Amino acid sequence: MKHLNIVSSAYRATIEEQDDTVVWISHAMRNAGAGMDMLLRGAAVNYCVRDQKVGPVTIGGRAQKHAPDVHGQVRDFCSDVSKVYVVREDLDERAIDHRSLLQEVEFVDRNELPALLSGYDQVWHW
Amino acid sequence: MKYPRTFTIVLMDAPFEASRTATALRVIDAAVRRGFAINVFAYEGAVLLPFSHQQPHANLVHGRDAEEEDHPLPREWIAGLMGLAAKRGTALHWINCGLCVDERGAGEAIDGVQRGTPADLWKLASASDNTLIVATA
Repeated sequence: MKHLNIVSSAYRATIEEQDDTVVWISHAMRNAGAGMDMLLRGAAVNYCVRDQKVGPVTIGGRAQKHAPDVHGQVRDFCSDVSKVYVVREDLDERAIDHRSLLQEVEFVDRNELPALLSGYDQVWHW
Repeated sequence: MKYPRTFTIVLMDAPFEASRTATALRVIDAAVRRGFAINVFAYEGAVLLPFSHQQPHANLVHGRDAEEEDHPLPREWIAGLMGLAAKRGTALHWINCGLCVDERGAGEAIDGVQRGTPADLWKLASASDNTLIVATA
């Protein structure tokens, strides 16, 4: 069985969780044997921009040293068995230079989505 | 029309925060009444939906004491749905994401709630006719 996780909300609680919770659960399920790809749309297309960094955060004197690395999560999710797609128009609407993106992601146009989605047994939109 | 028989639903919102949760519970109610088996995987704040220490309160703005206010509690809705499922001869399996429970200190849940992992979600979804994600906005 093949699943597609569509991620549209971006940077949701990433400081508290030290990751994106949907990208994280996608990793966890794939590691458990799930056939799983990911589609980034909306604001989440920014996840595949290279060289993102989050500095340490200190709140009330408590320093959080292990910052979230969502970009790294997405890069590490890409593999022989899991693809990451990104919606081209959502990048363009945000003026995100395609040359600044992870090499591992694949572009998909909006009009190609029906064909892409029909290739999966279940599609989950987070 | 032939309906599927087993659904998995993922909830993410914490209680008393979003109307999506009440809508999702109404969907579950309707599905159970039609004999569907339902799996719920509670992720992130949703693990507090069946938290056993939820308490009703009075509401001075409404001018009602706690009994008159009859404040709805998600844990009671969930317990009711589990009871309804049993009466209908089907099942409502509720699994709380264990790490999410630990983060929130939400270990004390009503009877019938199980602790699980993303691997459990994968197994439930794979055995279901379909899966509905009710994500936090």
